[in-house]
Amino acid sequence: MKLITIAGPPSSGKTSVILKLIECMGLPIGSVGVVKFDCLTSFDNLRYREANIPIQTGFSGKICPDHYFVSNIDDAVQWGIRSGFQMLITESAGLCNRCSPYINGVFSVCVIDSLSGTNTPRKIGPLLKLADIVAVTKADIISQAEREVFAFSIKQVNSHARVVFVNGITGQGSFILAKYLQQARDIQTLRDMKLRFTTPAAVCSYCTGETRIGESHQMGMMKKMEFKKL
Amino acid sequence: MIRKDFLALANDISIEDLLLEHPIVADFLANLRLDNIPRQLPLSLAIEEMDEDIIQEFGLDKFGVLISFCEFMETFSTAKAQNPAVATLTIIGGLNKSGEPENISLTISSGDIVSIVGPTGSGKSRLLNDIECLAQGDTPTMRRILVNGVELDDLQRFEMEGKLVAQLSQNMNFVMDLTVREFLYLHAKSRLTVNAEQVIEKCFLGANALAGEKFLLDTKITQLSGGQSRALMIADTAYISNSPIVLIDEIENAGIDRRQAIELLAQREKLVFISTHDPLLALSADKRIVIKNGGIIKVMEIIQAEKQSLKAIEKLDGILQNLRHCLREGDQITVDLLKA
Repeated sequence: MKLITIAGPPSSGKTSVILKLIECMGLPIGSVGVVKFDCLTSFDNLRYREANIPIQTGFSGKICPDHYFVSNIDDAVQWGIRSGFQMLITESAGLCNRCSPYINGVFSVCVIDSLSGTNTPRKIGPLLKLADIVAVTKADIISQAEREVFAFSIKQVNSHARVVFVNGITGQGSFILAKYLQQARDIQTLRDMKLRFTTPAAVCSYCTGETRIGESHQMGMMKKMEFKKL
Repeated sequence: MIRKDFLALANDISIEDLLLEHPIVADFLANLRLDNIPRQLPLSLAIEEMDEDIIQEFGLDKFGVLISFCEFMETFSTAKAQNPAVATLTIIGGLNKSGEPENISLTISSGDIVSIVGPTGSGKSRLLNDIECLAQGDTPTMRRILVNGVELDDLQRFEMEGKLVAQLSQNMNFVMDLTVREFLYLHAKSRLTVNAEQVIEKCFLGANALAGEKFLLDTKITQLSGGQSRALMIADTAYISNSPIVLIDEIENAGIDRRQAIELLAQREKLVFISTHDPLLALSADKRIVIKNGGIIKVMEIIQAEKQSLKAIEKLDGILQNLRHCLREGDQITVDLLKA
């Protein structure tokens, strides 16, 4: 089974891109499955159901979404294989600009909204930096020049990635994206494979439910800000 | 310059001098939150003074910073920014919506203008999409697009992806909060334009020549009228975008000199496709592709009689433009104005 991980900031258009992508691939209905990793609630499962795409949704809740992703991804793969999929696509929302749910050897796509600001690609970090392909959405309503500037910002952070403009509504661009994804490798298990980047560090008192503020309540992995005298 | 040369830059000259020679280095430093490193040192020595923790947050070590620097510089060296040259583009017909063959092979050269006409929903955008993705018989229309007479393999298509085609449509807006000057500067920078100042000046003058109402270099791009925006987009595509092919989807009634706009693009040796319902624009093209039921039914060459009618259409258009002008100026709109 081919495995593809797709990630991107909330509301960047991941689901629309995936739906258009699956439509473009021309695989039999039911042979491409999606696992959606979300945080609290999600309405996208309805859209997948409408398109007759098998979908499984998981909510990270109080756990860091990346930690949640990595501790469930191999189970997702096993579910995909058991269900007889030819292809499994995982969708996850990067929330802290530090997320990077990409695995070495697994095809990775970052979806980013061109309306989010020209400098946004330069701020996103590993989520963008380590992707194989960067799919830019909503670019049909901005000028050609702004599109080029946006692509330039992406190249600054990730010079290896292919930048593809995808229109999540008309599907323009999803054809070429689907072509790229044909290169995705077959995966039987992810056991002992490695993430491309460490997940955000944690395990401090706040991770385990502390709510009180102040130095005496702060334990474990902490990072303190430095305030300089003016 | 290749990677090795950039490594020499990082070793031999101070960051200060590096910035003078390659201003884009400032972006590299800012991206890695390294704005405050000692600038009198070369990069390779300066990184020794950096906070290892910050570098690690970006998934790098000190050596990795040097490698990324070289990759960054290589990506943005002017040699790499060149767009592929397109002398000709050939459209080889596929199938229409009923599966009937189009039986067509059309070759267009740079500097040519081609209009695409047909009822709404007939497949005009589909043709533009085929051109954009350089279809090789693998899209629903089965069309093939040859560049300079040759078929392309997937690798070549991926290589050209995004560099070949510039698009312009009625739905496009400016979203950046910048003045015209800042905007053009930013775009020129991203295209690694040489002599940016001159190019920006040309582009600005070109845009104002097309726009019904003039604007300034200090005008915010978001405050431009529809016509002014379109004029700036076209001039920008002509002077700053390097894409050899321009696809235009509906730019009628934009309050700009449409014919002059199209000619400007053609003069810049672009290959221009215009999908339109506007007779003035359609007849500005030498060739006209007619689409029906998802397929190209014919390709028309403009004939002498049409060229003559174009003059009459221009006259009508001139009357309408003048009406708009009078309306803006607060004049009375009387039947006399229609005679012109």
